[in-house]
Amino acid sequence: MSASVDFQEAGYATERPLLEIKNLAIGFTTSNGEVNAVRNAHLTVMPGETVAIVGESGSGKSTTALAAIGLLPGNGRVAAGQILFDGEDISNASEKRMIELRGNSIGMVPQDPMSNLNPVWKIGDQVRETLKANGLPSGPDDVAKVLSQAGLPDAGSRAKQYPHEFSGGMRQRALIAIGLACQPRLLIADEPTSALDVTVQRQILDHLDKMTTELGTAVLLITHDLGLAAERADQVVVMYRGQVVESGPSLELLQNPQHPYTQRLVASAPSLASRRIQAAKELGVETDDMLAPTETGVVEPSTSDDVLQIQNLRKVFKLRSGLGKSTDFTAVDDISFSVKRGTTTAIVGESGSGKSTVAQMVLNLLTPTSGKIIFDGVDTSTLNSKEIFAFRRRVQPIFQDPYGSLDPMYNIFRTIEEPLRTHKIGDKASREKKVRELLDQVALPQSTMQRYPNELSGGQRQRVAIARALALDPEVIICDEAVSALDVLVQAQVLNLLAELQSRLGLTYLFITHDLAVVRQIADRVCVMEKGKLVETGSTDDVFEAPQQEYTRALLNAIPGAGLMLPPEMEVA
Amino acid sequence: MTPDNTTTARHAVSVRPARRTEHFVADVSETPLQATDRVKDEAAPLSLWGEAWKNLRKQPLFLISAFLILVVVAVSLFPGLFSQIDPTSEACQLANSDAGPAAGHPLGFTQQGCDVYARVIFGTRSSVTVGLFTTIGVLLIGGIMGAVAGYYGGWIDSVLARINDIFFALPLILGAIVLMQLPMFRTNRTVWTLVLILIVFGWPQIARITRGAVIEVRNADFVTAARSLGVSKFGALMRHVMPNSLAPIIVVATISLGTFIVAESTLSFLGIGLPPSVMSWGNDIQAAQASLRSNPMPLLYPAIALSITVLSFIMLGDALRDALDPKARKR
Repeated sequence: MSASVDFQEAGYATERPLLEIKNLAIGFTTSNGEVNAVRNAHLTVMPGETVAIVGESGSGKSTTALAAIGLLPGNGRVAAGQILFDGEDISNASEKRMIELRGNSIGMVPQDPMSNLNPVWKIGDQVRETLKANGLPSGPDDVAKVLSQAGLPDAGSRAKQYPHEFSGGMRQRALIAIGLACQPRLLIADEPTSALDVTVQRQILDHLDKMTTELGTAVLLITHDLGLAAERADQVVVMYRGQVVESGPSLELLQNPQHPYTQRLVASAPSLASRRIQAAKELGVETDDMLAPTETGVVEPSTSDDVLQIQNLRKVFKLRSGLGKSTDFTAVDDISFSVKRGTTTAIVGESGSGKSTVAQMVLNLLTPTSGKIIFDGVDTSTLNSKEIFAFRRRVQPIFQDPYGSLDPMYNIFRTIEEPLRTHKIGDKASREKKVRELLDQVALPQSTMQRYPNELSGGQRQRVAIARALALDPEVIICDEAVSALDVLVQAQVLNLLAELQSRLGLTYLFITHDLAVVRQIADRVCVMEKGKLVETGSTDDVFEAPQQEYTRALLNAIPGAGLMLPPEMEVA
Repeated sequence: MTPDNTTTARHAVSVRPARRTEHFVADVSETPLQATDRVKDEAAPLSLWGEAWKNLRKQPLFLISAFLILVVVAVSLFPGLFSQIDPTSEACQLANSDAGPAAGHPLGFTQQGCDVYARVIFGTRSSVTVGLFTTIGVLLIGGIMGAVAGYYGGWIDSVLARINDIFFALPLILGAIVLMQLPMFRTNRTVWTLVLILIVFGWPQIARITRGAVIEVRNADFVTAARSLGVSKFGALMRHVMPNSLAPIIVVATISLGTFIVAESTLSFLGIGLPPSVMSWGNDIQAAQASLRSNPMPLLYPAIALSITVLSFIMLGDALRDALDPKARKR
């Protein structure tokens, strides 16, 4: 493996790599002994170049980056290999030397803009701290200049504000300002935008690109999103289970993935996939065939094809503002749409668009301020408590957080059995049989029954949540960001499972998500929400191919890697 | 596998001369591909409590305190197994007053000529009874008040929280001293009146902890999920919220069990706890006070027994806190 040979071939013989990681191994000492987080990793960043490390959680991508800036957690250490920064081995450099390098030679933009700014310090002070620590002029004007370079409007007065007065995107800009304040030669950006909405992500990354190009800063970008990596980086390094499995020029790697893991990743990256998961359509199942009542006989054949109709739905929250006073906040503003039986309708929007509030109201967990939700011909607000109990059986949710939606005290059997027991279905033996069937349906081994949620991964928990939602043979399943917290491959697996279940059981999905790429894979119809209002509805193909609204276009355009998949005429400049 | 149209366009954000590098591919045999998201079924299933127990078993702090508590409980249940000597005043012989250790009397005698070892052994029961039953009572009242306040919120919470504050403001010992002076209690001082009074002033702490724990859990997704299944609001409280709030409550209850034993001894020492006819460490310490200068031993031994018992409960609480704290477990 002599990467250096290639630089010479390419005429880079005179230029020395800025960061070179060779055969790096990182170990963590834990209570269960030594754990190898990274093995045999190597990558090269040339001056001014953007290199992305792509991998799922636990692949060692962040650990590698933290080692490069000497900030491994206390129980981690570089076990073998070299980290060469501008020719100098810093893998075991003294803390003093690392402090010299950090800030003015190697900058860092951390992942979570919510927790990486000190809440009791003004933004300006936090920038000043960085400038001061690196011996640069740190007057108010210098601070304002740094902030305005990062794209913060009105930087002078913004510098006097506290982090809680900033939105997520503004905080991330402040963090970028801090990371680039001393014009480092290498910037390590660890998932810099994964907590942000896509349109904001796009702005921030564009700005970061512009700044680093102007300053000639090299960027080591850590991301889980292959599309984003390919769009932003010159080189992509794919890590899997602590090892580099493939690296090379981003486009080449994307078009011609060699390692089976990369092939899998490319195949399931939602931002690159351009087609709906075809399970239902391939089987030739039409929606009309799915109207057959389920075995329990709860379903009365409905005359209407629309299992769910939302009419002029509004939800106003009262926000407390001072003594006895309150202001109205309209979370959902006059929304109407309908959901056809056996199809998937996606509600897409960024944070604060009111999409989850809609889900809560459809689930009858929140009372609408006005408007109607008609489920199978019946207005749900008129139901008495007994009818609501029956309604619950027919409409089931799957929540976003696979760590929060299962009771940690319940084993998997009890978790899946709970709905059956609550609705007093069958005896103990038949319930156990049903749980086994459900586990088979979601492709989990039956031995999982005795396990507890803390022993399962996020994807497995989400499959348990699906099994539990299916226990009562519901007609409608509300997926509230059901796959957003999962790694790409696991996400693809769960989406495939959902599609397969839909075709087999004739389920109707209402899919709440912020991720347009996922929508394209699973939805038949899309409702785009912005600030409580429905801005566009239509079939998925129509919305993706010919978006009518400016906002929809901006959303579509902001999907990372969108430019990589859309034909040129589709690209909206 | 790669969609053909990926070739069409690359986002022209940055136009830098791309470095030509080798397209490196790791040896597949060195980086074997594993099934996506496979369930690991090697280890035996482990619940949260099971995991906590696995951690606890290895902790010396837990092993020592659990052993000591077992001994104390055994002594209080079957004191006859540990001492055959009758420690009551009638059997004491003044001839032995303040005598040192003798054969069969390893810890010597009190001023009244009673065997110190026997009195320490037989005094265990009242201390442990007061501690245990006060804790149970406090858990019931505090637990219910805290759970109801935290779970239902609103005006119920406001009312209960104010009541809680009032009782919280009254120091345990001071409140007990005042109440024990009331005629109805003064003439009728038993282990059970003492338990009652300690419960009256002891519950606010548990209520506060329970309320906090319940508030933390009540908005968890799994509670919403259970509610959207059709589980009633009260059902969700009992089946999901309470089991998940238990850990901090158990920790605090264990530690306060120790403090209730101390409270009993303090009140007895002051002469307003258990009547002198009931054997207890507090009474013994109080009685031994008179001869502290000439013979400190009768005071020392019950004090040591008291300290060890209280310390074991506090250590047990600490060990439980370490084992049950999810943040500590991730390490």
